[in-house]
Amino acid sequence: MSEFLQFLFSGTTVGATYALAALGFTLIYNASGVINFAQGEFIMIGGMAAAFLANLGVPLPLAIVLAVAIAALVGVLVERLAIEPAGNAEVVTLIIITIGASLTIRGLVGVALGKGNHVLPSFSGETPIAVLGATLLPQSLWVFGVTLVVVLALAWFFGRTLMGKAMLATAYNPLAAKLVGINTRFILLLSFALAGALGAVGGILVAPINYTSYDAGIMLGLKGFVAATLGGLGSGMGAVAGGLILGVVEAMTAGYVSSAYKDAMPFVLILLILFFRPQGLLGKKVTDRV
Amino acid sequence: MTFQRRLFLGTAAALLAASCNVGAQSPAPIKLGAVLSVTGPAAFLGEPELKTLQLYVERLNAQGGVLGRKLELVHYDDGGEAGKANNLTKRLLESDKVDLIIGGTTTGATMAMAPLVEKASVPFISLAGGVVVVEPVKKWLFKTPHTDRMAAEKVFADMKKRGLAKVGLLSETSGFGQSGRKETLAVASKYGIEIVADETYGPKDSDITAQLTKIKSAAGIQAIFVFGLGQGPAVATKNFAQLGIKLPHYESHGVASDEYLKLSGAAAEGVRLPSPALLIAEALPANDPQKAIVTGYFKAYKERFKEEPSTFGGYAYDALMLSVDALKRAGSTDGEKVRAALEQTKGYVGVTGIYNLSASDHMGLDLSAFRMLEVKGGNWVLSH
Repeated sequence: MSEFLQFLFSGTTVGATYALAALGFTLIYNASGVINFAQGEFIMIGGMAAAFLANLGVPLPLAIVLAVAIAALVGVLVERLAIEPAGNAEVVTLIIITIGASLTIRGLVGVALGKGNHVLPSFSGETPIAVLGATLLPQSLWVFGVTLVVVLALAWFFGRTLMGKAMLATAYNPLAAKLVGINTRFILLLSFALAGALGAVGGILVAPINYTSYDAGIMLGLKGFVAATLGGLGSGMGAVAGGLILGVVEAMTAGYVSSAYKDAMPFVLILLILFFRPQGLLGKKVTDRV
Repeated sequence: MTFQRRLFLGTAAALLAASCNVGAQSPAPIKLGAVLSVTGPAAFLGEPELKTLQLYVERLNAQGGVLGRKLELVHYDDGGEAGKANNLTKRLLESDKVDLIIGGTTTGATMAMAPLVEKASVPFISLAGGVVVVEPVKKWLFKTPHTDRMAAEKVFADMKKRGLAKVGLLSETSGFGQSGRKETLAVASKYGIEIVADETYGPKDSDITAQLTKIKSAAGIQAIFVFGLGQGPAVATKNFAQLGIKLPHYESHGVASDEYLKLSGAAAEGVRLPSPALLIAEALPANDPQKAIVTGYFKAYKERFKEEPSTFGGYAYDALMLSVDALKRAGSTDGEKVRAALEQTKGYVGVTGIYNLSASDHMGLDLSAFRMLEVKGGNWVLSH
């Protein structure tokens, strides 16, 4: 029993980090239909900037706020310097541009902050919490809590605010959105800023568990993308469900089968979902207009 | 012959004469080629290697070079890709025409470079850890780092001394971890060690508690040996503390750096691992044969780059100094003579260990190149 619980804790801790990464994908996808492969880099920048500032002696809360602001700024820059100049390019072109942007960001951070691993102190100590013979780190609770807050905030934003609805409208049909008076350029810019900030929040929360380095975004971005696809692109709850399922399946595989198969599980899951439910677990079925 | 053609030939002849003239005044430099992974996933290995080569080529040249000739370092970055290392080696051999090659940061890159270098008959010193580099012996290929097999043997020898016989193995899915796993399994029986659990983790995993939970419940387990590098072992170390595992914890030489201490903090207390002398340069006893050379390298590197050198830079230092030593004994840059001199290296004291090469051993280190360390009070301490 305690073994099962330990595997479950391990899986949900990891899964929550995947979920946070997946939410960033969801945000930009909802605003533009673009899958932003630089999302992993936003996560990395959050963790790296916070760790760098904290090492300089900046108090932790201030370092966190600054890191989120920096990542949002990077999001804005990516949109301004890479996405916007492409004009009315196809979505596929924009996706490829985000891959280029991610390589650039990773390279710049590697040169500027070095290629080693960095540590960010845990928010509330490292004394493990024992539950029925299994243990959990306090930082994992931070990850769960903030993920929950972020999901609720996003649901409120897209469902209840004019700005959120304008964002959805822009993704659905940019021309029509423009005709009803939505500033689509601003909406796109805002979505990148938000995705940058959101990614940074994830990166900062994970950094005390996972450490952070200039290439930390590759794995988190990839797993986040798998989680988002699993849950259904564009669905906030789907992203969280996808992330948690992915994490738990990985941990259970490592615990009960063999850790050798653990890294194959995401690919098995994504193949299954693409075969049987291409829109994802919680995604809406999309029909193309002819 | 047309006028133009005559003019061309005349100019060419004049240029040739001029260049010979320059050659006579200051002899052509000895060309050292290097292919290193300065960027990419193995950048933390390749970067200190390149810095070390640049630092010491500069120093040697300031002292007048080797054999009265300057050294010229021609280096390329393979970005951690074996295929690229192969192409760049072709370039070193065909267009740069180097006299000697250092590099192949990783075992993959080295093995991709080896066939070309063997065919071109150029002495080649690799900085990669894998046993395959020197087993079976290839005529032109040498290496300076100790192997993962030696690390496993050192750990098992220590376990045997402490009466630990049933061991759980946790290895990384990276090339380093998997090669280490293979060697660990191969030498275990030689020391009477039984591997009772064999689990793996990914290099970027953020939680390894599932694997550790499984390992700690293996029947009769007495110790856990983790084989990996970078952040993974640090995550595992923290998970050890989280799960309250009290079994003796061994790590490989892959985390023999202060970064590991920084990342794992208090959780690292009591961890034992095999490490080269460089990590404890200051703590080495004064009569240690490596003391002078290790502290010298440590100071020179730190002074120049404002950061502490790593073991990996030490491999490059030894490769360069072994080459210089062989060049001096060969008295020329003739490939075969230098190769033969390298092979006859005896008792050369380097940063990594004391080298005794032979026709059947192209690495030349024994287990004494590793020191058993233990983390005590947040620092590395020599254990006996």
